[in-house]
Amino acid sequence: MPDLLAARSQMAVSLAFHIVFAVIGIAMPLMMVLAERRWQVTGHAIYLDLAKRWAKGTAILFAVGAVSGTVLSFELGLLWPRFMEFAGPIIGMPFSLEGFAFFTEAIFLGIYLYGWDRISPRAHLWAGVAVAASGVASGIFVVIANAWMNAPAGFELVNGQAVNVDPIAAMANAAAVSQTLHMTLAAYAATGFAVAGIHAFLLLRDPANAFHRRALEIALIVGAPAAVLQPISGDISARHIAAQQPVKLAAAEAVFRTQAGAPLTLGGWPDVAARENRFAVEIPYALSLLAFHDPHAVVQGLDQVPESEWPNVPAVHLAFQVMVALGTYLALVALWAAWLSWRRADLAHNRWLMRAIVLATPMGFIAVEAGWMVTELGRQPWVIYGVLKTRDAITPMPGLVVPFVTFTLLYCFLGVIVVWLLYRHIIRSPAVPEWRGFYMSGGES
Amino acid sequence: MTLADWLAGLIFVALNAYAVLGGADFGGGVWDLFAFGPRRERQRELIAEAIGPVWEANHVWLILAIVLLFTCFPPAFARLGTLLHIPLSLVLIGIVLRGSAFTFWRYGADEEQRHWGVVFAIASLITPLLLGTTAGAIAGALGQGGAATGDGFYTIYVAPWLDPFPLAVGLFALIAFAFLAAVYLTLEARESELREDFRRRALASGVGLFAAAVVALLLSLSGAPRVRDGLIFATWALPLHLLTAAAAITALWALWVRRWRVARVAAVTQVSLILWGWALSQYPYILPPDLSIASAAAPAATLRLVLGALALGAVVLLPSVYYLLRVFKSSVSVT
Repeated sequence: MPDLLAARSQMAVSLAFHIVFAVIGIAMPLMMVLAERRWQVTGHAIYLDLAKRWAKGTAILFAVGAVSGTVLSFELGLLWPRFMEFAGPIIGMPFSLEGFAFFTEAIFLGIYLYGWDRISPRAHLWAGVAVAASGVASGIFVVIANAWMNAPAGFELVNGQAVNVDPIAAMANAAAVSQTLHMTLAAYAATGFAVAGIHAFLLLRDPANAFHRRALEIALIVGAPAAVLQPISGDISARHIAAQQPVKLAAAEAVFRTQAGAPLTLGGWPDVAARENRFAVEIPYALSLLAFHDPHAVVQGLDQVPESEWPNVPAVHLAFQVMVALGTYLALVALWAAWLSWRRADLAHNRWLMRAIVLATPMGFIAVEAGWMVTELGRQPWVIYGVLKTRDAITPMPGLVVPFVTFTLLYCFLGVIVVWLLYRHIIRSPAVPEWRGFYMSGGES
Repeated sequence: MTLADWLAGLIFVALNAYAVLGGADFGGGVWDLFAFGPRRERQRELIAEAIGPVWEANHVWLILAIVLLFTCFPPAFARLGTLLHIPLSLVLIGIVLRGSAFTFWRYGADEEQRHWGVVFAIASLITPLLLGTTAGAIAGALGQGGAATGDGFYTIYVAPWLDPFPLAVGLFALIAFAFLAAVYLTLEARESELREDFRRRALASGVGLFAAAVVALLLSLSGAPRVRDGLIFATWALPLHLLTAAAAITALWALWVRRWRVARVAAVTQVSLILWGWALSQYPYILPPDLSIASAAAPAATLRLVLGALALGAVVLLPSVYYLLRVFKSSVSVT
């Protein structure tokens, strides 16, 4: 295995692993706080059980997220020292801020998890709020740094050296707003639907179970609005990419030649040699309309840059299609659930809705992974778009296949354990018999 | 002092905090591994209770030091990542296994509890060894031979750390962390029998720490000439040695007469002074022999902003850390 491929694979595995935990670390504390708040308001022990259960889940997942995040911060130097040497002074700032946000998160999570009997209920709830808020802040800071790799700003390049470094301008890069918005919504949608899906699965067998009904409710309150807003944020991102990173959009949509009134392609398999997208369904003018809000706008194709600067077109196109399809599904299910609750229907007894939500369980996370493949693979061969190529950033150390295999095995092992632990401890009906039969209607709780 | 000096100093403060807080969490794992006697399970329970609420927050000091290093001194970070790729990767595996195993152990099911405890304990033993070895390599021979083009893999990537001096520093770090943990645990224990268990461990590791320091100092004669010269010939060397010795003796005396709080302050002072002795002996180099603080520093605009962010962050962080420690570490009764 060539060193460049090994290093990229190790980074990909580390990020793909960490992002699952980071996403849950953003959204799950919110669910935990909502449940605790309802417990304090209603006094019903079901909500306390939920809050404690989600806190337990957060504890396991946050710990794995914290250590896998540490691995990433080191890997930047272990695998890409030349990238960090260049980028550190320009974009280290959001990482430093993220350090503080992460600190706050870890401190208040410790207080939350171990402080149930040590501090007042009010202080305990606020500790949870601090965890939820600093989780979002950490995510935003890290994504800002990634956005800078896509839309570098805050320096001038003179003979390969960065001069006039302005870290604030680097943070305020053109991709920052669209990427952080898209990622934060994705975290809520993916986690909300994953949790909702698990409880919907249990409700299919036992629709009157009050515990799962309340859990589903809170999970949907967190996941559904985000899923509905996500297509709008996706549109903002796509328009940004169309303007700033045309090669990425061309790869995502498999647009080989520059054209006015470009069609939107659904599915298909890009044949790079033939410069065409086989077996695709095309919607006339739709891409120009979506990307520039003008049906006749010119969409730049891959022909604008030499083929040596193309990303892996089939991979980016496939990942993009997967992300959009799954995101659309989540948005539609969210709208359906919203419409039913507006009509005051009993969601848990609507078997078709429950099945649709069960089907959604993994979709948010698959969409998150696919979305990151679009943004990372779509930027290749650049690590800093237009400034530094990935192959020029790599460490000179040979034999990188060894750490790649080692960390991959370690993460596979941890992944299996985490899933098993969650299955054993979190995803299970509570052993309180009256909650099973205790039918709490929407109004009385 | 220049702006870059201040930031290098602050990074070292973060490392110092990591050593006395996060280091002790590793030390706790070491005592879990070596738990013995009739109160073995109660010792383990006490260690887990002491570590549980704080280890993640303590761990962040390391992350803070790393991000500050790559923001403020990027060439130093790049060189560390390149030349110390192997020990740092091993440290990371240790960190991942320690943290996850601890959480799995505490939140895991009953029957497999113990073997997660074992993974946690072994990782707690190996990680400080490697961490100390990495530090020893920086102080020692790293980059001394230079990465000449003709050098082989072993010379460039293995020899700088697989050497007596760095390994002795690794052992020293391990014992120092275990010593700190035992001293802290005398304050955590509510029963006098448990307290006595950790008092004996603290005294033993305190003596062991002295032996490890002597070994490391002897090996520095050939393995780390800069440290040796700094620690022997610099004007600050003698006062520093006297202060460190005073702290060490105070710690042991306080343990002997059961003045637990005094012992804690003295132990923290002792370990911190040793760390600052290393930092001073290496000054003005951030990564000897050629990367000085000034030459590795990021542009002034970055340094100024980071300093501002640190001031702002401290306003959030320090009260939070104080609150955390007050909630979990102040209700302990002390005789």
